[in-house]
Amino acid sequence: MLELYGRSDYAIIGELIEPSTRVLDLGCGEGELLAWLKENKRVDGRGVEMTGPSVQKAIARGVSVYQGDLESALDDYPDGAFDYAILSQTLQETRNPLHVLRGMLRIASRAIVAFPNFGHWRVRAAHLWSGRAPQTKLFPYDWYDSPNIHFLTVLDFEALTQQEKWRVERRIFLSRNRQIKLMPNLMAEVAVFLVTR
Amino acid sequence: MITEVATATFDQLPLDCGVILSPVEVAYETYGTLNAAKNNAILATHAFSGDAHAAGEGGWWDSMIGPGKAFDTDRYFVICSNILAGCRGTTGPGSINPATGCPWAMAFPTVSISDMVRLQKMLIDHLGIPRLVAVAGGSMGGMQALEWAVAYPESVAAALPIACTARHSAQQIAFNEVGRQAIMADPDWNDGNYYQSHPPARGLSVARMVGHITYMSDESMREKFGRRLRSPDQFEVESYLQYRGSKFVDRFDANSYIYITRAMDTFDLTERGALASLFERVKTRFLVISFTSDWLYPSYQSLEIVSALRSRNCDVAYCNLESHYGHDAFLLEADEQTELVRGFLASTHA
Repeated sequence: MLELYGRSDYAIIGELIEPSTRVLDLGCGEGELLAWLKENKRVDGRGVEMTGPSVQKAIARGVSVYQGDLESALDDYPDGAFDYAILSQTLQETRNPLHVLRGMLRIASRAIVAFPNFGHWRVRAAHLWSGRAPQTKLFPYDWYDSPNIHFLTVLDFEALTQQEKWRVERRIFLSRNRQIKLMPNLMAEVAVFLVTR
Repeated sequence: MITEVATATFDQLPLDCGVILSPVEVAYETYGTLNAAKNNAILATHAFSGDAHAAGEGGWWDSMIGPGKAFDTDRYFVICSNILAGCRGTTGPGSINPATGCPWAMAFPTVSISDMVRLQKMLIDHLGIPRLVAVAGGSMGGMQALEWAVAYPESVAAALPIACTARHSAQQIAFNEVGRQAIMADPDWNDGNYYQSHPPARGLSVARMVGHITYMSDESMREKFGRRLRSPDQFEVESYLQYRGSKFVDRFDANSYIYITRAMDTFDLTERGALASLFERVKTRFLVISFTSDWLYPSYQSLEIVSALRSRNCDVAYCNLESHYGHDAFLLEADEQTELVRGFLASTHA
């Protein structure tokens, strides 16, 4: 599996996005993915990021990033402003994930959502054997300082897409940066979904 | 870097108030070289008390404009002109009214930010530049950058409104009014007719002192002055403000103070429609910067601009830079701004 800036989810997202499209990256960090997409896919990219120093680095990279909270930022954009809205490894940190996902599909025709799978066997095992809030490489935080406030599994996300009648165009599951096909809810560390309305 | 002021003269300038000002002189400086395609020009727009001398020794943005700097003069041709109604070479209330042979004084017509920008556009046309890479400025210079993008969207690829607003708040108008009243309360002001006698030095100096307070922050003042004494009966901060006030009198015209602050106060992009609808046809890219400790032009005013731009899906980057310098940060925080401006300009093409 190809990595982009050490992140296999970036590499997957990089592949999913069609050239010359309009892309919004929510929680874009230092803008690495957007800069890559601009360079290699000629996308018209925008980003939203909360952390000041990250925003500075992203703008210094030539990426148009807005410093603000992604949950409230979504509401400003007009309907259908983008071809893709990306949310990578951030869904579990949002206060209102459903509002975020609906917002993404309002302003973009496609949403790409990558999240760590709370159903992975290591998480289950850690929880089962320790009897404490699970801590793994993927979820390394103590319960009291974790940024993750909404844990979800692959099955949870699938169920939500059915409930909301979203169409899943692609689903890609990663374990140790390799793609896997079998038993994703148990075996995937990270899931990447390409969803449309 | 050696710099020289040049002057361009135009037969007439139509103003928003209906008056046609004739003739009009504009003082400007340029840095770097205009390329053959004339597509490497950047206009730096100065703040309230600035002038055409943006770069070189004593230039108001010398930390940002020059070889290898944020506005890299090895690459870009940077222009800065003194604003209309100014007192540093461009026609203003201190200029001679051709009809009377005397200084205009308060008979000078009311000017607006858009009049200032119209004159800048005439200068850019005069220099043969079809399209600017960018217009950049802080404070009132930022308002001009905004006005450029709204008035001449085809002529500017990028706008960098820094520490500014689309319209003054009551607080901003209030501080300007205190300055104007201080000038007018000085008997030497004499309804603006002081050019043959003494300028209203005390009033202008008090106006400037108030200004300087608003440019700093509680923290930067505490750091710079604290409660230190200059002499047994004078605090350091008192001495500083008095010094600044008296220096200002030497280089600034009190009537210009009145005209320019009025232009700032009456500037309101939203008068022409919702901010968002103004940006409807704007293809200009934006880099909007505010500073955390700037209470004169607080971040919410920059965010208002940014929100409107985002609601029209304009290409906008926004950063609220951490600084304790208050409004002065746009002049002082060169390193952080350089990083942003350099990256932003590198991805902008005229």
